[in-house]
Amino acid sequence: MTDNVKKHETPLLDELLKGPWPSFVKEFKTLQDKKAVANDLLGQLEYSYKTKLGYWKHGGIVGVMGYGGGVIGRYSSLAEMFPAVKHFHTIRVNQPAGWFYTSKALRTLCDIWEKRGSGITNMHGSTGDIVFLGTNTEELEPIFEELTKEGFDLGGSGSNLRTPSCCNGQARCEWACYDTMGLCYDLTQTFQDELHRPQFPYKFKIKMAGCPNDCVASIARSDLSIIGTWRDNIQMDQSAVLKYASDGLDIQKIVVMNCPTKCLDWNGKELKIDNSNCVKCMHCINVMPKALAPGKDRGATVLLGSKAPIIEGAMLSSVLIPFIKLEPPFKELKDVIGRIWEPWAEHGKNRERIGEFIERVGKGNFLEEVGIDPVPEMVKHPRENPYIFYDEYLEDE
Amino acid sequence: MSEKQARITDIGPPHHDKFLPPVIKENYGKWKYHENPRPGVLVHVSHSGAKIWSVRCATPRILSVISIRKICELADKYADGYLRFTSRNNFELLITKEANVDPAIKEAIAIGYPVGGTGNSLSNIVHTQGWVHCHSAATDASGVVKAVMDELFVHFQEQKLPAKLRIALACCLNMCGAVHCSDISILGVHRRPPKADDANLGKICEVPNLIASCPTAAIRPTTKNGVATVEIEEEKCMFCANCYTVCPALPINDALNDGVSIWVGGKVSNARSTPSFSKLAIPWLPNTPPRWPEVVSAVKNIVDVWAKDARPYERVGEWVSRIGWPRFFKKTGIEFTKHHIDDFKHCGGTFATSTQMRHNG
Repeated sequence: MTDNVKKHETPLLDELLKGPWPSFVKEFKTLQDKKAVANDLLGQLEYSYKTKLGYWKHGGIVGVMGYGGGVIGRYSSLAEMFPAVKHFHTIRVNQPAGWFYTSKALRTLCDIWEKRGSGITNMHGSTGDIVFLGTNTEELEPIFEELTKEGFDLGGSGSNLRTPSCCNGQARCEWACYDTMGLCYDLTQTFQDELHRPQFPYKFKIKMAGCPNDCVASIARSDLSIIGTWRDNIQMDQSAVLKYASDGLDIQKIVVMNCPTKCLDWNGKELKIDNSNCVKCMHCINVMPKALAPGKDRGATVLLGSKAPIIEGAMLSSVLIPFIKLEPPFKELKDVIGRIWEPWAEHGKNRERIGEFIERVGKGNFLEEVGIDPVPEMVKHPRENPYIFYDEYLEDE
Repeated sequence: MSEKQARITDIGPPHHDKFLPPVIKENYGKWKYHENPRPGVLVHVSHSGAKIWSVRCATPRILSVISIRKICELADKYADGYLRFTSRNNFELLITKEANVDPAIKEAIAIGYPVGGTGNSLSNIVHTQGWVHCHSAATDASGVVKAVMDELFVHFQEQKLPAKLRIALACCLNMCGAVHCSDISILGVHRRPPKADDANLGKICEVPNLIASCPTAAIRPTTKNGVATVEIEEEKCMFCANCYTVCPALPINDALNDGVSIWVGGKVSNARSTPSFSKLAIPWLPNTPPRWPEVVSAVKNIVDVWAKDARPYERVGEWVSRIGWPRFFKKTGIEFTKHHIDDFKHCGGTFATSTQMRHNG
C-alpha cells in the first residue's frame, strides 16, 4: 500500500515528546524512517489516542517448532490502514539472572532484532524477560535459530512455567541471604521442559528475592516466592551505630520506634536487640547498613500462591516453608516444587492458579497432599469460624 | 534435513557469570555494606575493601535497538561494558573507577537518561503494554506513565520523600504490573459489560469454556437467529474481562466508558509493616490522551499530601494506617462513595467493627 511509505503524522503523540522523563514516543520515532513497522505502529497508536481504543487482536497459535510458549500472537485489527503491523507478535527471550549484561551481548541481541523484527523492545517485561515487540510469523524460526546460536533461549508464556526471575542477590548486595542468581539459573535449567511446553492448568511464576525487602515483588507477583531470611541474631557493629547517632540519625525515632515488634532498645550509648522477638523485617538494617546486617545462619522462607486479580481476586503468597537452607544443588527445594505441582496439575481447573486451587481444596488438605506438616507460621492466626471439616468420627461399638 | 539436526533447543538463558564485571566475580557474596553518596548512585563495599559504583538511569521501558546501542556506548566508555537492568526498568552502569562516576552521570543525563530512583525517592513506574500492544487495555500505559513521571520528575531525581514511593500502572484488571501492592496504583478499568458478537461467537469460541470463565456466573448460553451464542446478565458483571480474554467475540473495550482508577497504600517489602494490597482511592477517571491531566493531578495530589504529612520511613499505606482512612479522604479531598465499600466475596472483613474513631481529627 502506498500509505505504508508515507510517514504518519502524530500530533497527539508528539505531545509526549515534551517533558523531562524519557519518552517512549521518541523510541518509535528513531526507527520511523528505517522501519515500516515502526511507522505503522506510530500510526495505529496515534489512532488509538484519537479514538481512545486499542486495536490489537489476540488468539491464534504462533510459535517456534517444539515449543508451546515464548511467542505471543498479536494482530492489528486495522491492518488495512496499517499493513506493516498486520502481524505484530511478541517474543519473550529469557533474560540472564539479575539482568546483568555486557554491551557485547546486548549488541548481539540488537542486531538480531533489528534484522528480523521491529527493532522495538521492552527492557524488560513484567515477568522479567527481554521482550521483542513486533514481528511476522515467518521470522519466528529464523529469530529462534539466531538467538540459540548466540546462547539465548525463549521464555515462558501461556499455561507454562513462566520465566523465573530474581534480584541481583549476592552479586551486588550485602543483604542477600542466599545466591538468588545461582538458584534462578539452576531452576530455569532444571525446568526447561515446563518452561517451554504447557502442562499446567495455568501459568506458574517463580521469583527469588535475597532478603525480606523483596526488590522483585515476589510475594505479590509469583506463584512461588522464595525470599531470603536468617534465623540467628542480627550482626551488629556497636561503634558504627554510635557513628550513625553522632552523624545526626535520631535512632530512637527513626529506628527504634519503627520496629514492628518493639525488640530494639536504645539508651543513647548502646543499641540492644531482643533477637528472639525479631521478625527479620529489615527496617533497622535498611536504615543503618554500615552498622547492622542479617545474621549468619541464612536461608529463605518459601511462600506460595500470589497473583493478580484474574480470576478469584488478587492474592499474596502465603507461607509454605518458614525456613529452608538453600545450597546447590537445591535438592530439597526442587523436590518440594515437584510435589506442589503434582496435585495442582492433576486437579486444578482450567485457568486456576495454584493460590486459587489451594483456597478451593483447603490449605490443610493441600499440605497433606504435598507431605508438609502444618505449623503456626503458616497462618496469621488460627481459624475463627467453627465450621471444621473433621476427617473422621467415632461410631458406637 | 541437516539443518534440523543442528537445531538448538532448551538451552535456557546464558549463565550470568559471562556478564559479571571482574570486581563482582571476585566479591560475589562478600559485600559488607553500601552507601548512597548522591541520588541515583550506590556504592557497594566488599569485606576485601573493593568497591563498585552503580549509577541508576531511567528508561521508558520501551527501548529501540538504537537507544540500547547508545546505552552500550555509555557502558563501554565508563563501565568497561558492564551494566544491568533493574526490576523497575532502570539500567545501572556498573563502574569500578570512582573518577568515572560524575562524567557518566553527566553524559547519561545529556543523552536523555535521567539519574535517580534510589533511597527515599520515586523510582520508575512499573507498567504494562497499553494501546501499544495489548488486546484488553482499558487505557494506554506508556502515555500515562510519561505524563505522571514528567509531573513528579523531581521526586525521581531527589531523595526528599518520607519513604520510598512505588507507583505502578496496569492497563486492565489482568494487572501485568504489580499494581495490587503499590503505594499508588493506576489501573485501567472497563465499565460497560461485553457485547456478544452473535454471528461469530460460535465459530471462534468454545461456549462451555467461556461460561466457566466468568467468576460471577453472569454468562448464559442462548440461541439468536438460529446460532449458538451467549447472553450476559449485566448486573452481575464486574468488568474483569476474563471472558474477553477467553473469547475474542465478547469485546469489552469501549471508548465512552473505559478509564482509570487510582489505588493507594500497598507494598511488597516486609520492612516495618507486612506486605499489603492497595486500596481504592478513586473509582474512575476519564481517559484523556495524550497527557491524562485528571490522572496526573489526582496522583500528584496524593503524593503531595502524603509527602507533607507522613513521618520518616512511613510508606503511603503506613501513613494511612496511622491517620485512618477518614482522614485520608478528608486531607486529599477525594470523595468517598459506595464503590469504596467492598461488595465482592469475603467483603465483610473490610467493614469497620469498632467505635474507635478520630472524630476530632
